[in-house]
Amino acid sequence: MSASLTLVVLMAVMYGTGVYVMLERSLTRILIGFLLVGNATNLLIFLMSGRSGESPIIDGATQPADIVDPVPQVLMLTAIVINFGVTAFILALIYRSWWLSNLGDEGDDVTSDEDEQDAAEADAALAFHQNLEGDDEAVRSVLGEGGDDESDGPTDARGAAPEEPSERDRDVMR
Amino acid sequence: MNALVPLLVIIPLVGAAITLILGRYPRVQIAISVTALTAVTAAAALLLAEVDRTGVPAVVEVGAWPPPFGIVLVVDRLAAIMVVVSALMLLGVLVFAVGQGIADRDRDTPVSIFHPTYLILAGGLFDAFIAGDLFNMYVGFEMLLAASYVLLTLGGTGSRIRAGVTYVVVSLVSSLLFLGAIALIYGATGTVTMALLSDRIRELPLDVQVILCAALLIGFAVKAAVFPLSFWLPDSYPTAPAPVTAVFAGLLTKVGVYAIIRTDKLMFFDVPLTVPLLIIGGLTMLVGILGALAQADVKRLLSFTLVSHIGYMIFGVAIGTELATGATIYYIVHHITVQTALFLVVGLVERVGGSTSITRLGGLLKKAPYVAILFFIGALNLGGIPPFSGFLGKIGLFEAGAASPSPLVYVLIGAGVITSLLTLYALMRVWNMAFWRPKEDVEGYSSPMIESLQESPESTNGTATGVAPAVGTSRLMVGAATGLIVLTLCLTVFAGPLFALAQRAAGNVATPTAYVDSVFPGGAP
Repeated sequence: MSASLTLVVLMAVMYGTGVYVMLERSLTRILIGFLLVGNATNLLIFLMSGRSGESPIIDGATQPADIVDPVPQVLMLTAIVINFGVTAFILALIYRSWWLSNLGDEGDDVTSDEDEQDAAEADAALAFHQNLEGDDEAVRSVLGEGGDDESDGPTDARGAAPEEPSERDRDVMR
Repeated sequence: MNALVPLLVIIPLVGAAITLILGRYPRVQIAISVTALTAVTAAAALLLAEVDRTGVPAVVEVGAWPPPFGIVLVVDRLAAIMVVVSALMLLGVLVFAVGQGIADRDRDTPVSIFHPTYLILAGGLFDAFIAGDLFNMYVGFEMLLAASYVLLTLGGTGSRIRAGVTYVVVSLVSSLLFLGAIALIYGATGTVTMALLSDRIRELPLDVQVILCAALLIGFAVKAAVFPLSFWLPDSYPTAPAPVTAVFAGLLTKVGVYAIIRTDKLMFFDVPLTVPLLIIGGLTMLVGILGALAQADVKRLLSFTLVSHIGYMIFGVAIGTELATGATIYYIVHHITVQTALFLVVGLVERVGGSTSITRLGGLLKKAPYVAILFFIGALNLGGIPPFSGFLGKIGLFEAGAASPSPLVYVLIGAGVITSLLTLYALMRVWNMAFWRPKEDVEGYSSPMIESLQESPESTNGTATGVAPAVGTSRLMVGAATGLIVLTLCLTVFAGPLFALAQRAAGNVATPTAYVDSVFPGGAP
């Protein structure tokens, strides 16, 4: 059996780089590595058809001894189709994992127009109340320092309140 | 009768196409997939009866192209047994999945894609079993793997995508190894038809045979989850929905074992594999079961016992005598059934108890006595307690080992006994913690054993204590799990005839010339 040296070298390079890229953590690189290794394997199958020759069509004129071995080409075609399908699936997987890592599960919640409108109204109301509070602060600071203490005291208590019971809970659990 | 052979693949694939078109009508989908799998089971049972009666494999030349130019499908006793058992499992799990869908009222499972994918998995599985040439076997593997990628990532939640990535990448690498091995075998022999390879590989120099055999074996060993290539399995299987895990655990690894038996006995019988396979088999048993001991999550624990029990089959293949092959076939049938059944029962436990972690479950014996009985029978069976089929299968393997004695074989028999004991220990611990322990003891329970257990990395579901509210089980789910447990009991009751059938199948496997003659009646070209 004779084989083309160019193809052998190409196959070796593709296997080498493919395996190297596949060892990366990133999914996209794994996909690129898989494509390289998959096509290197296709080349390997192709190399197994031996010497080159005429196209394998029996038309009466070509001698059977001259034509190239068609079986590896058939195997290769099937392998290409399978690799194509799997590649499509991995792309979907990569997209989904990107989606989950960037948006999380909340990204799945499809909001209707009505919900969006409600959310926008809630935001506007919140902003309005914050403005009001800002105005109150300004009024209190004008009226004197006493107002600050009154407003700070309760907020501190509220901020600390949720933590203390949880500490106690943890002690109980221990 | 031969007309039935292609139907094994055609029926599931046509069913998949129809269910895909009828995605909007779940009830019709259920009817079609149940019908398709029932039809395949019936066809496979008829084929098994016929093949066993005549003793000659049923051979079909696809498209009337004679081998080695065309594709041949060959159903001998071994392939027929595998197809019948897997069809029964697929049917049982499908009923369970339908029951689960009904109990959930189809809230968040995308059922429309489940049925077509499941049927394609079935088609690929049967194709891999009855393939008469290596490349067709590769195509069958790819069909079932592509379907399994979809089933494993069903719903696309974070944990499933994470597990799916590991599983997909590992499977891809093993597939490429398999494909590369096929290319090399074609280069060395000029054919991929297994019957012809049986003759031609023998004419190759032994070192070339060893290389080809090793390339194929590594590809299959990843799929069969043989140590040290088993790391991926316990991380990926438990995250899938319960019925999917049951099918994967029961069937997908056994396809790898089947492929190892087929290639080893039909093509590479000159390659001295006994010693390496014995060592690998022993390590698979021990490392797998030691992993199982450290798990708190029942699904992960069962995945580790799955890896461990693959070791028994590798042990049987390694001994290589006809008796050992027969015992291996019986053990494969036993293990497919009991492992699938146990995963379904754990699916029930998850729904009744709200968790699969033994640190959080308790009092299930009182809460669900029927599920407890099902689990108990399955656990004793997997642990190898007499008179169950697990015991009979292991005794068969040990007897076959003792019949061709060597020091290493005796070491393996010892390892097998220890593994069996440790399996029983791990499963009885689940029983004691989840079923026997009263519910009140779960809070504040601590022991050195609990401290050392490893929780499942994905156990974030449910409430703060990790226990989700119990959801109902439907009669179909309990019925399916019961059916499979009863089937494991049938393997015990009818062990005599079944073991004899397995021995006859092993007789087929041990004489490759019969296989070759049936594919090439006029002698190999």
